[in-house]
Amino acid sequence: MIWAAVLVSSAGCYLLKLAGLSVPPRVLERPAVERVAGLLPVALLSALVGVQVLGAGQHLVLDARLVGLGAAVVALLLRAPFLVVVVTAAAAAAAVRLLAGG
Amino acid sequence: MTEPAEDGAGCGAEDGAGGATGGLSTDQRAIVRDGVAVGLATGAYGVSFGAVSVAAGLSVLQTCALSLLVFTGASQFALVGVIASGGAPLSGAVTALLLGSRNTLYGLRLAPLLSFRGVRRVAAAHLVIDESTAMSVNRDTTAAARVGFLSTGISVFVLWNLATLLGAVAGTALGDPRTYGLDAAVGGAFLALVWPRLDSPVNRLVAVLAVAVALGLVPVTTAGVPVLAAGAVAVLVGTLPRRERA
Repeated sequence: MIWAAVLVSSAGCYLLKLAGLSVPPRVLERPAVERVAGLLPVALLSALVGVQVLGAGQHLVLDARLVGLGAAVVALLLRAPFLVVVVTAAAAAAAVRLLAGG
Repeated sequence: MTEPAEDGAGCGAEDGAGGATGGLSTDQRAIVRDGVAVGLATGAYGVSFGAVSVAAGLSVLQTCALSLLVFTGASQFALVGVIASGGAPLSGAVTALLLGSRNTLYGLRLAPLLSFRGVRRVAAAHLVIDESTAMSVNRDTTAAARVGFLSTGISVFVLWNLATLLGAVAGTALGDPRTYGLDAAVGGAFLALVWPRLDSPVNRLVAVLAVAVALGLVPVTTAGVPVLAAGAVAVLVGTLPRRERA
């Protein structure tokens, strides 16, 4: 199933790119389409933050991941680059787990 | 590189300032330098994608296939993120496609500027991503836009894929990803991806609503669905009637 998802994403994402370079602009250049396309990444990425940090199967739990997210916020406020933000989040969560004994 | 139409008369005229290296003018070499710098910075976080992906349960081969073939970071992170949270791989793929749809809009803006035709357009399409768009969309000429687009796109592609392999191999060697906080790294990665987009009240409202919708659905739906449902917030807010601005 993972391979199917990899291949569907590959074909689909490529065709979405090619479509932009190929279709006449008037087909997609409408204000509502542009607004939705601009807001989709905001909604999907925000939802992914929530689910990744608080979700555990079908439950919501508060654990070391939330500390990691807090550390990521601090790193972003300090204008840290992407990789530093990600490593900071991981290190903060790992530190909490280490101190809490697992 | 193709000369812009208006320079057609003076063959190599724009190389006067500093001589040509590989047919590039001084200005174009500066654009290439910037493109490679963006490639280095972006490629670096391919390491985190590789590590996060194998931690989510994908093989090194699957992880590298994503970077080679999907080649658009947010979509790749979304796919492995949904799989990591226990969602069906295909709902992860749908999330990846929804995120990839913004590349279509980039392409619309780039098409008249780059004016690639035929097989070159088919090849160039793979390189339409956030970074290559940002480095080409503001150029004045087709030649400059193409140099910006290709230098950034190719640099990011090469480094992103090398870094993915490095991260995936390192991630496999690490053992239990939770010990290293790699599960928290996923949330950090998504936050870093959405952060620059939280620059307007509307976007911040959509972000808050999307998180609320997704978390509200976690207990009652299978994994993967909450994130897709949150996409409806964008559709709803984006299609609401707006007041005309004067």
